[in-house]
Amino acid sequence: MFPVEFEYEAPTTVEEAIRLLAESGGEAKILAGGHSLLPMLKLRLAQPPLVIDIGRIAGLSGVSEQDGGLRIGATTTETAIQDSELVQRLCPLLSETAAHIGDQQVRNRGTIGGTLAHGDPAADMTAAVLAAGGSVTVQGPNGERTIPADDLFLDMMTTALEPDEVLTSVWVQTEGPRTGSAYEKFANAASGYAIAGVASVITLAADGTVARARIAITGVGSKATRASGVEAALQGKRADDQTIAAAAEHAVEGVDLIGDLHADESYREHLAKVIARRSIQRAVGRAATKS
Amino acid sequence: MVTTAPLVGQSVKRKEDPRLLTGNGRYLDDIRLPNTHHMAVRRSPYGHANILSIDTEAAANLPGVVGVFTAEDLKDSVKPLPCGMPAGGVENHLPPHRVLAQDRVRYVGDAVAFVVANDPYIAHDAMELIDVQYQELPAVVDAARAVEPGAPQLHDEAPGNICMHWTAGNKDDTDAAFANAEVVVKHHIYNQRLIPNPLETRGTLANYDAGTEETTLWVTSQLPHVHKILLSAFVLDIPEHKLRLIAPEIGGAFGSKIFLYADMALTAWASKHLGVPVKFVETRMENYVATQHGRDQTQDIELAARRDGTMLGLRVKSLANLGAYPSTIAPGVVTALFGRMVSGAYRIPAIWVEVDGVYTNTAMVDAYRGAGRPEATYLVERMVDLLADELAMDPVDVRRKNFIPPDAFPYTPPDLGMLPYDSGNYAVTLDRALNHVNYSALRAQQEEGRKAGRLMGIGISSYVEVCGLAPSSWIQKQGWGGPMYESAEIRVLPTGKISAVTGSLSHGQGHETTFAQIVADEFGVGMGDVEIKYGDTAGAPFGMGTYGSRSLAVGGTALQKSAQKIKEKILAIGANLLEVAPEDVEFDHGSVSVKGAPGSSKTLAEIAFAAWLNTGVPAGMEAGLEATTYYDPPSCTFPFGTHICVVDVDPDTGHVDIIRYVAVDDVGPVVNPMIVDGQLEGGIAQGIGQALFEGAVYDKFGYLLTGSMIDYAVPRASYLPNFELDRTVTPSPISAFGSKGVGEAGTIASTPAVANAVVDALSHLGIRDLQMPITPQRVWHALQQPK
Repeated sequence: MFPVEFEYEAPTTVEEAIRLLAESGGEAKILAGGHSLLPMLKLRLAQPPLVIDIGRIAGLSGVSEQDGGLRIGATTTETAIQDSELVQRLCPLLSETAAHIGDQQVRNRGTIGGTLAHGDPAADMTAAVLAAGGSVTVQGPNGERTIPADDLFLDMMTTALEPDEVLTSVWVQTEGPRTGSAYEKFANAASGYAIAGVASVITLAADGTVARARIAITGVGSKATRASGVEAALQGKRADDQTIAAAAEHAVEGVDLIGDLHADESYREHLAKVIARRSIQRAVGRAATKS
Repeated sequence: MVTTAPLVGQSVKRKEDPRLLTGNGRYLDDIRLPNTHHMAVRRSPYGHANILSIDTEAAANLPGVVGVFTAEDLKDSVKPLPCGMPAGGVENHLPPHRVLAQDRVRYVGDAVAFVVANDPYIAHDAMELIDVQYQELPAVVDAARAVEPGAPQLHDEAPGNICMHWTAGNKDDTDAAFANAEVVVKHHIYNQRLIPNPLETRGTLANYDAGTEETTLWVTSQLPHVHKILLSAFVLDIPEHKLRLIAPEIGGAFGSKIFLYADMALTAWASKHLGVPVKFVETRMENYVATQHGRDQTQDIELAARRDGTMLGLRVKSLANLGAYPSTIAPGVVTALFGRMVSGAYRIPAIWVEVDGVYTNTAMVDAYRGAGRPEATYLVERMVDLLADELAMDPVDVRRKNFIPPDAFPYTPPDLGMLPYDSGNYAVTLDRALNHVNYSALRAQQEEGRKAGRLMGIGISSYVEVCGLAPSSWIQKQGWGGPMYESAEIRVLPTGKISAVTGSLSHGQGHETTFAQIVADEFGVGMGDVEIKYGDTAGAPFGMGTYGSRSLAVGGTALQKSAQKIKEKILAIGANLLEVAPEDVEFDHGSVSVKGAPGSSKTLAEIAFAAWLNTGVPAGMEAGLEATTYYDPPSCTFPFGTHICVVDVDPDTGHVDIIRYVAVDDVGPVVNPMIVDGQLEGGIAQGIGQALFEGAVYDKFGYLLTGSMIDYAVPRASYLPNFELDRTVTPSPISAFGSKGVGEAGTIASTPAVANAVVDALSHLGIRDLQMPITPQRVWHALQQPK
C-alpha cells in the first residue's frame, strides 16, 4: 500500500491549519486520527498534495461541560470518550457508541471530529451525535460557525464543512432526568461498520409517555440521518413493546436504502427495523429507571 | 548434562516466541541488503482481455526507475511455471502459465509488466504509469458455466476449459448399490472459494552475486527445496548448484505458500539482469487477487441407503474451479486428496467419484488448509445429516451405524485408491463428545426452546483425514512429480551441543520447540542444548517442506532415526573410552555408562569431544557424530475425531451465535499438548470462518468483489466461543511415537459441524440446507421463504 507523494504539515494553531488549507485551495486533507484518511491514501483513493496534521494543536482535545451539554474537542479519541467519566455520567450514549467503533487500536487513534468530518455513511458516532441533539463548531478564514448535526451530513462522505474549514469541537446535549439512551448496531462481520445502527435518546414524561424521542440511524443509506418517522410515532405514546415495534417500522422512511453483498435492500430494511426496535426498547428501559 | 523427565508429551513453551513477541523475528521484508531495489507488478484489471499494446516509456523515464519489463523481455530466458502435480493416471491439459502475460490476460491480477526502482514508492508510481491497452473479452468465473457449450474459452490447449477428467471407485458396484437402495438422498453443494489470508503476505528478495554467479532468493515459501528445483529445472536459466533459496521467518501460509509464484522468477531474473538485489513484497490487496485461493468446488452428490440408515453407495460429481492457469499442485489436490477421501469415517461399500478440473477467469485455486479433505468431509458429513433427516433418525445413530469399526483397521475404502486407514476408534470420540456436551439434555433443551421460538441447533461432524503425506511411490501415482520423504540431519557438535536440520519447515507450527523436544529426549539433554534449523537450501539435505500435516509424522520420524544412528556410534565410542565391549554399556540421561556400574560413565560432551578429536574412536570408525536420514514412510496417517457445535440463531436478524464448541480429536500421542491445542483452535476458527463468514466473490466480468478485508470477513476472536477440547489417543502404527498430524484437523472438522448445527436449528421450519458462508442475510432470507 503506497500513497502518492504528499507534503506534510503539523501546525500548532487552528489559524495556521486554516491558512494551510486555504493556500492549498481546499485540496489539502486534515489528518486527525488517520483511520479513514490513511487507508484512502494508501489505496490512492485520496491523493491530496498536502496533509495537515492537527494532532499537535493544543486545546483541540478533551471533554468539558458547556451550555447544558458537553463540549468535546475534535481530536478527542474514541477511547477517551468511551472512558470519560463526564461522558459516562452526562451523555452515556456517546460512551456506549464509542465502544462499538472498530477495535481498541482503532479507538485509541480515531477521533470524534475525524469521524464526523469524514461522514462515512456507516460510521457509528454520526448517529449518536444526531440523537444527542448535537452540533459541531467549525472554523474557517471568516471565523467560527456552528452547524447542527441535523444539517451536517449531506451525502456519502460529504458534509456541510467548506473545503477551507476545520472542525474544532463537538457539542452534545446532556441526557437529563427520565432520559435513557442506547446505541444498537448490527455490524458487518468483515469491516465492523454498521449494516444498521440506531442511536436513541428517549425522555419519558411523569406519566410514562414519551415526552421526547430523538432517534438516528446509520449504515442503511447514503448518510446518517434522524429517523423522524420513528420519533413521531413514539411522541406522546406510552412506550410499550407494541408501540415501539410499530414505531420501528418507520425506521427507513425517506432513506435511499443501500444494497450490497452483505445486506441487500430488503434485508437491510428489515434489520434497520429490528435494530431500531431494540435500541428504543433499551433506551426506554433506561429512561424508566432514571428519576 | 543433567536431564529431566521426558520432554515429549510436555507443554514446553515455544522457543520461537520470545523473539517473535519482542520484534526480533526476521521476516522477508525485514531483510535489507545494501542497494536493494524494489519491484512493483502491473496487473490486469480485467478478467479476460487481449493485450493490444504496452507502453512503458513514461514509467521508464521516472527518476529512480532502473527497468520496466514485459513478456517480450523475458521470452528467451524465463520459461512458464510448471504444474508439479497434474491429476494422476489421466490426461491433463496444462496450458503454459507464463510469468508475465503474453497477448492475453486471463484473470484480474494477471501480471502484465513489472518495474524495478530504487524505492518502493517510486516503483508503485512508475507501475501506474505503464500504459496498457486492452480489448476486453467475455469472461467466465463459475466452473459450472465454464463447461457449458458456448462458454468463453481460456486456452487453446484446454478445449471446453477442461484441465482433466478423473474418476475413482467402482461405477458398476455403485450403480448396483443405487438400484438396490431403499432410499436415495441427493444434494448439491457449492464449497465456496476462500482467500487464505496469512498474516504475512508473500514476497521474494533476489540477490545475484556476480562474483560467484550464485543467485540467492529469500522467499516466503513452505518448501524452499522444492521451489529451488522447480525454478532451476523448469523456469530459470540458473543451474541448480548456483541457486540457493532461504525461507526466513514466515507469518503463516495455510497452503498458499506452496505455489510457485511468478515473482520468484521475476526478481531472480531482474537481479541478475540489473545487478542489484530486487525485492518484491505483496500488498494485502495484491495478495487477494494474485495469491492463490482455496476450495471452490461444485458438487452433485447422491447417497444410497437402507431405511435403517445403512449406507450402501455414494456418487459424487465434482467440478473443481482451478482458476486461470494450472497451478503448482491443484489438479492432484482436487482429485487424490478429495476423491479418495469422500467416504470419510464410514464403511460405504460402493463409491463412484468424478472430478473435472476447470479453468476460469479467476485467481488460481490450490491447496488451502485441509486441501481436498475439507471438501470431502463437508460433503460426507452433510450427507449423513441429510440422510438422518430423510429417515427421521438421530444423526448420531446414522453415524454410529456406519462407522468403520475398530476391528476393521487397517481399513481400505473399497476401490477408492486410498491407502489403508492406519488405526481408529471413531465411536469413542463420538461418545466422549456427546458426553461432554451432554447431548440428550441439549436435545431436550432444543425441544423445549422451540416451543418458545428459540432456534437452537446441534451439529455433529465425525471426521477422518489423511495426514503425513507419503510415501513417494503412492504420491507419485497421484501425479506428484517428486519424492515425498522427509530429511533430517543431526550433528552432535564437539562440545556436546546438538544441531539438527529438518527438511520440513515451520511457518508458525513451532518446529523449533516440538522437534527440539524429540531430539533432546533422544540424547537425554535439555531443550537449550538443541537447535533446530530449517529453510535454507544451502548445505542442507533436500527437504520437502511443510503441508499436509506431515512435519511430525514424517519429519519427526526422520529426526528420530538420525538420532538413533548417532546413538549407535555414541555407544561404540563410549564403550571404547570406558574400555568395555559395546554390549556392556547403555546410553541414558545423556551419558554412556557400564551396565551395572553407573559410576563408570562418559557424558555426551566427553564422547562428542573424543569423536571430534578422533581419539578414543574405535578403529575403523570415522570421526564426528553426524547422521542424515531420508525417511519415506510406508503409508499415511489418519487422524479422526468428533466435533459438536451448538448454535443459537437469532430469528429476527439471522445472526448465528456459537454457544458451545466441543472437539474430541485423536491425533495419536502428542509431543506438545499446548501446540496441538493451538493448532486445533486455529484450525477450528478457520473452519468456522468458512462455515459462517468467508467467501470470495467475483462478478461476471471477473472482478473480485471481495477485494479487501472491508468485504471479506475473516473471523475475529470475538466471533468465536471458547473451544472445549478433549482427546483420545490411538497410536498410528506408521510414525515414530504413533503421532498422526494435527495441522488441518480442526479446519476439516469444524466447517460441517457448524453448518450442520445451523441447519439443525432451522430444520423444524423446513430448512434442509444453507449455502456457505451461512451469513445472517442468507439465514434471514431462508426464514422468509415459504416452506
